[in-house]
Amino acid sequence: MGVKQMEAAELLSLNKFNVDEDEPHIELDKEICGQCVEKACLYVCPAVLYRLNKNDEISFDYAGCLECGTCRVMCKNKGIIKWLYPRGTFGVNFRYG
Amino acid sequence: MSAEEKFDVIIIGAGPAGSACAYILARAGKNVLMVERGSSPGSKNVTGGRLYTYALEMVEPGLYKQAPLQRRVVREQIMMLGENSAVNIDYVNYDFGEDVPQSYTVLRAPFDEWFANEAEKQGAFVASGILVDGLIEENGKIVGIKAGEDEMYADVVVAADGVNSFIAQKAGLRPDIPAHTLGIGVKEIIELPDEIIAARFNLQGDQGAAKVAIGCSDGIAGGAFIYTNKGSISLGLVLNPEQVGQKGRSIQEILQDFKMHPAILPLLEGGKTVEYGAHLVPEQGYQGVPSRLYRDGLLVVGDAAGFVINTGTIIRGIDLAIISGAAAANAILNSIEGTHAGPLYMEELQKLALLPTMKMFAGWHSIISIPRMYKEYPELANDVMRFMFTVDGQVPEKMSKAMMNIAKRHVAVKQMLGDGWKLFKSV
Ligand SMILES: Cc1cc2nc3c(=O)[nH]c(=O)nc-3n(C[C@H](O)[C@H](O)[C@H](O)COP(=O)(O)OP(=O)(O)OC[C@H]3O[C@@H](n4cnc5c(N)ncnc54)[C@H](O)[C@@H]3O)c2cc1C
Ligand code: SF4
Repeated sequence: MGVKQMEAAELLSLNKFNVDEDEPHIELDKEICGQCVEKACLYVCPAVLYRLNKNDEISFDYAGCLECGTCRVMCKNKGIIKWLYPRGTFGVNFRYG
Repeated sequence: MSAEEKFDVIIIGAGPAGSACAYILARAGKNVLMVERGSSPGSKNVTGGRLYTYALEMVEPGLYKQAPLQRRVVREQIMMLGENSAVNIDYVNYDFGEDVPQSYTVLRAPFDEWFANEAEKQGAFVASGILVDGLIEENGKIVGIKAGEDEMYADVVVAADGVNSFIAQKAGLRPDIPAHTLGIGVKEIIELPDEIIAARFNLQGDQGAAKVAIGCSDGIAGGAFIYTNKGSISLGLVLNPEQVGQKGRSIQEILQDFKMHPAILPLLEGGKTVEYGAHLVPEQGYQGVPSRLYRDGLLVVGDAAGFVINTGTIIRGIDLAIISGAAAANAILNSIEGTHAGPLYMEELQKLALLPTMKMFAGWHSIISIPRMYKEYPELANDVMRFMFTVDGQVPEKMSKAMMNIAKRHVAVKQMLGDGWKLFKSV
């Protein structure tokens, strides 16, 4: 053990989440995202939840979201068509903060 | 609408701003409801962080003694990182704050839960696990909140909902927050035994250290922080999100590189990361405060009102959140059932020194936006040190010439003069 570089997935696995399986709190319009050149979300999301798939399309999974809101303020073309806080009690639960 | 559903005041968000407001109002006998979306207060909140104690003292003298605070900060450190080197400034002051210690490191999950609980002890109702969806408006006045199917009414609603500030936006008090006015903070909590923290940071007992670092952000505007807690270290970065996007490097990766820097890793070695968090910070200071912080029936406090000061060495948001929560509470108490609480709130923000202090620091934002602060100047400082400490058996260059060359290598003289002027003018 010891301090080392960690992948986002490994870091997220340390957190406590209560994922709202019924209602995603963030939704994208794939078509708008397909036309976006900057795709800042790939870099600014601290949880690295925005990724490019084999066809160079954005793939996104809202589980693991830290609820910071950075993707929303950085989304130039409004491909993020829904960004709400998760419903009460759902989402991340920081034990230290 | 039944009588039970009507409160004197409803507060949205149980962060430090909300809890300070709830505490003071409930103590004065007001019927207060504080609604928090997290399953417990603090479970959604991430900070650096440290708390400047004076703010809690203003709410209730001595209250800080019961708070779950971490370490009393006596060491202030500034680090300028080069690729494989670091210049360190270490300032230690064992009587910072004299009777009441000036600041403590803090973890927000335990702190916020405690503070909300103290407000509850004063008689406030705290409803956790409930997301407020919107406001209820009647004849141009905010009269309550909506949460799912439920509607709750009050004379005054206080928006203490934090940096994303959706409630103030819904009320038409501010437009959506532009990305360039924000910093994105990422943070790891790294567990380490207290003896090791004490030895590595040169501390005894409950003493703590706070460290800020520049030169570790790949040239992106922003910096790093390290705070010592009880049994853990908070380590993180706050960066300009637009520049992260332009750079095309993941902020998570930049944090991992910082951890591995040869001047940082030895502080952390043997530690275990136990949590990874992220949060936005209002970064524009006084310029970022919306021109209207109230309307009939609604007051906006804390991060939602943009109340953060960041000078690069000092970041103040928790204390300003608490002070603004107190200002809102005082204003409501001085009003008759909340009417005209808005103008009274603005007066309180002046009286409690919040707005004047923010104004005093207004120029700092233009300093922290000098791009050379994040790469060229830290590198320059490291090169100067290298020159001063290099002994290799050769005849060294003449000092004055060497300094000139080092300076020129990093920054054009004209630019340096310009930056110096900016610094002088802004502070
Ligand atoms: C990385 C980082 C480092 C920082 N370092 C420091 C530091 O060292 N010292 C310092 O003083 N400040 C620091 N700050 C700033 C400080 O954390 C904030 O200024 C402070 O937390 C603001 O408090 P607040 O009560 O206004 O908002 P918050 O603490 O954000 O609280 C808002 C609350 O409202 C709740 N909420 C939001 N919307 C709703 C809704 N619709 N319904 C119900 N509940 C809702 C949230 O869950 C949350 O509990 C830092 C910030 C960051 C991100
Ligand atoms: S809110 Fe933050 S953590 Fe969640 S997807 Fe957006 S950027 Fe990533």
